[in-house]
Amino acid sequence: MSAPISLTLRVWRQDGPGVKGRFEDHRLNSVSRHLSLLEALDLVNERLVAGGKRPIAFDHDCREGICGACAMTVNGVPHGGLGRLTVCQIHLHRFSDGDRIVLEPLRARPFALIRDLVVDRSPLDAIQQAGGFISVRPGQAPDANVVPIARDIAETALDLASCIGCGACVAACPNGSAMLFTAAKVGHLNLLPQGAPEADRRALAMVQAMDHAGFGACSNHGECAAVCPKGIGVSAIARLTRAYTGAARRQLLSL
Amino acid sequence: MTRYPPPILDPRIPPGPLAEKWRNRRASGRLVAPANRRRYEIIVVGSGLAGASAAATLGGLGYRVRCFCYQDSPRRAHSVAAQGGINAAKNYRNDGDSIDRLFADTMRGGDFRAREANVWRLAEVSNAIIDHCVAIGVPFAREYGGMLDNRSFGGALVSRTFYARGQTGQQLLLGAYAQLNQQIAAGTVTMHPRTEMLDLVTVADGNGTRHAKGIVTRHLVTGEIRAWAADAVVLATGGYSNVFFLSTNAIGCNATAIWRAYRRGAGFANPCFTQIHPTCIPPHGEGQSKLTLMSESLRNDGRVWVPKDPADCDKDPLAIPEDRRDYFLERRYPAYGNLVPRDIASRAAKAVCDEGRGVGPLVGGLRRGVYLDFTESEARYGHDAIVARYGNLFEMYESITGEDAHRRPMRIYPAPHYTMGGLWVDYDLMSTIPGLFVIGEANFSDHGANRLGASALMQGLGDGYFILPVTLPDYLARSGPSSVTPDDPDFHSVLADVRARVDGLLAVSGTRSARSFHAELGRILWDRCGMSRNAEGLAKAIEEIGELRRAFWSDLRIPGKGEELNTELERAGRVADFLELGELMCRDAMMREESCGAHFREEHQTEDGEAARDDERFAHVAVWFDQGEAPPVRVIEPLTFSAIAPAPRSYR
Ligand SMILES: Cc1cc2nc3c(=O)[nH]c(=O)nc-3n(C[C@H](O)[C@H](O)[C@H](O)COP(=O)(O)OP(=O)(O)OC[C@H]3O[C@@H](n4cnc5c(N)ncnc54)[C@H](O)[C@@H]3O)c2cc1C
Ligand code: FES
Repeated sequence: MSAPISLTLRVWRQDGPGVKGRFEDHRLNSVSRHLSLLEALDLVNERLVAGGKRPIAFDHDCREGICGACAMTVNGVPHGGLGRLTVCQIHLHRFSDGDRIVLEPLRARPFALIRDLVVDRSPLDAIQQAGGFISVRPGQAPDANVVPIARDIAETALDLASCIGCGACVAACPNGSAMLFTAAKVGHLNLLPQGAPEADRRALAMVQAMDHAGFGACSNHGECAAVCPKGIGVSAIARLTRAYTGAARRQLLSL
Repeated sequence: MTRYPPPILDPRIPPGPLAEKWRNRRASGRLVAPANRRRYEIIVVGSGLAGASAAATLGGLGYRVRCFCYQDSPRRAHSVAAQGGINAAKNYRNDGDSIDRLFADTMRGGDFRAREANVWRLAEVSNAIIDHCVAIGVPFAREYGGMLDNRSFGGALVSRTFYARGQTGQQLLLGAYAQLNQQIAAGTVTMHPRTEMLDLVTVADGNGTRHAKGIVTRHLVTGEIRAWAADAVVLATGGYSNVFFLSTNAIGCNATAIWRAYRRGAGFANPCFTQIHPTCIPPHGEGQSKLTLMSESLRNDGRVWVPKDPADCDKDPLAIPEDRRDYFLERRYPAYGNLVPRDIASRAAKAVCDEGRGVGPLVGGLRRGVYLDFTESEARYGHDAIVARYGNLFEMYESITGEDAHRRPMRIYPAPHYTMGGLWVDYDLMSTIPGLFVIGEANFSDHGANRLGASALMQGLGDGYFILPVTLPDYLARSGPSSVTPDDPDFHSVLADVRARVDGLLAVSGTRSARSFHAELGRILWDRCGMSRNAEGLAKAIEEIGELRRAFWSDLRIPGKGEELNTELERAGRVADFLELGELMCRDAMMREESCGAHFREEHQTEDGEAARDDERFAHVAVWFDQGEAPPVRVIEPLTFSAIAPAPRSYR
């Protein structure tokens, strides 16, 4: 743990959308294994700035695995596939001396590239705007304990609500589908009694918004769940499919 | 020359007994007719708990709202990182809690440096926050009977904290973000992500009083600098702990919005009140970019200790027998033990490390760490119960340190975490600039000299869901819809200032990165304006920061241009403001010749090393006003205490 480590970061550089990108190698010699991967990028950037060169652009903020900003592809897998970790939670002690780490942006059709490792994930916001809410105004709510919620229901809702909106699932999917993301969002609210009145509308509207935003269809590869840093499982998708078909049927019957 | 004559501070506290003030305020406020609301435009800068809840609620009322954040999505605002929980005076545990008690705990926790009318109101709205959050789908922890679960938190003897595993902040923010999304879809709120506010625009009314009527922003992808006009501006831009460089805050957290407002005439209250949180993962040294908080809730079940003998400090902790351990919090504070407020726990930890009894690796010549030990709790409640309560925190610790805290006690060390200081606001949450409202951590808030755990989320949401939506319309109704547009001269002149500033940063063309200056500023502040302060050190810090600022403006290097995504330029702008704010913090700390809450002046302590407060001279809020080239002036808002007498804090 205490011996320093040397490695190479091979980073995707691309000035902007539509221009040609390339890989650039940056060697780090004898740096602390306590550094996170993003701190290693910081070091590279300090060097680039000192040389008057444009630093590597990447999204990041909390650096503790909760804001979802830092998703990128590490050695071909979104978030690196090192267990339930986001990129910012990967520390160099997980690598071996001499390793080469390849960093690329999330590659998915709906996520337009902005620069280097930065992509536009706003289509995920669009899905939520379509119905990812419960319509209650401040002041309308009854006492919080009026509606009991069985503990396992609350816990499952929280499992689904743990999604950090990083977009890794979309980039891992060969179809560029946002099914796991949408399923987590719909599932969280639809499971709760408070979400019931709008459950059908929500499922229909959010799935539709997902299609509109250009995400691909789900063909049950399961790659999404494999890279989810919060461990959201494919069972969420089955739940959404049920909710969606039920809602579609009810909508049809009521026409 | 006085650029902005400092105003007489009028907190505009409503009449009547404490418990009736908020009702009186609501009854006396002017209203805007529903059909007229869309004629008003409101700018909300920030999409954290405070900003998102305010923007969503104002949008829901029918106002046109523009909301700005620097992240790519409002869901990533730093509130998302809060772990531990949110307080409310529900008394669901029947353990003697009440609004009165939450009020009293907050007043005491803040060491009697908060405005009591605001604190009472905070306690009063706390319950409605929980009701609302549950209704909008926040999946709080539940008991088997289906009722909401509670835990206890530092600084309180009741269990009043609601939580969602270790991600209460994310769940509350997702709730507020969902409400915001609903309004975005409805067209009442327009969201501007990746857009940073760089200045405030004020416009004079008929009497020459300048009102906040807009902002100037830079788009972080295109670099476009532009002005936005509105009828009122709300700042919900969070705290400034990143002035210390290393803190528990997200990397992008900054003071730019509030600092630029200060430079345009808003009073800055108690800048030296900064909180150092006791339970963070210890620093590892070079190259570190942030410090990671381990939720304070860990102190419920973990016991804090260090070896009695410095010779034991590098030994395997499991091999150190009970009688050679010093459970220093339990020893010094038998009544609260490991649950003393943060400032006290942090200082005590620093003291034992400074004595040479810290544990873990040497960083900068000192072992910076104390143990947080769960052995006893695991024996009492079982391994599974501890995993259920803190599983994700243990995982987080392991992923960072590579150590399993179930086997080996965790190591923790204090880190800058929260800022009680911020822009001064009156009871209506309006700053000294009419039409400029400040909510959440960005205002000087309700927490006095020290914030208690689980009360920032409560304050942010109280401000945004329940208080601002009452007080801001009163301002609008009084001033009427304005006719200003971004084409007015006032906007042009601020735009020109911002462009000059950005160009100025790019033009320095020196050799050093913004980050290197930031790190140096952080070291100065941590050493001299951190957990303990003295006059000599503060004077020195003011001098050093001045020099550093000059070096910054002559040796900064930013590759690239302004009209593109330029992360170095973003950072440089923030660091430039921190370099000014840091100096104001030191000035404030210097003038406050007492110890209170998180502000510990070495010259003012009791014989046993506790803070010595001076209510005769310092029972006030210190509010600073910028004077351009001349030193800032300090104006005070005296504090009065009608409900509980300001006794010295005792957690013994
Ligand atoms: C790790 C951690 C854990 C915590 N845990 C708890 C807890 O358990 N309980 C508790 O009560 N409190 C906790 N706190 C404190 C609490 O989270 C914060 O005080 C609170 O969330 C702040 O909310 P806010 O809305 O005021 O600001 P933030 O959530 O910080 O939001 C600021 C917003 O302003 C925007 N912004 C900032 N500057 C600009 C600019 N110049 N231009 C445009 N936009 C800008 C940002 O994009 C963001 O949207 C914790 C804090 C930390 C750091
Ligand atoms: S930076 Fe927030 S999740 Fe990685």
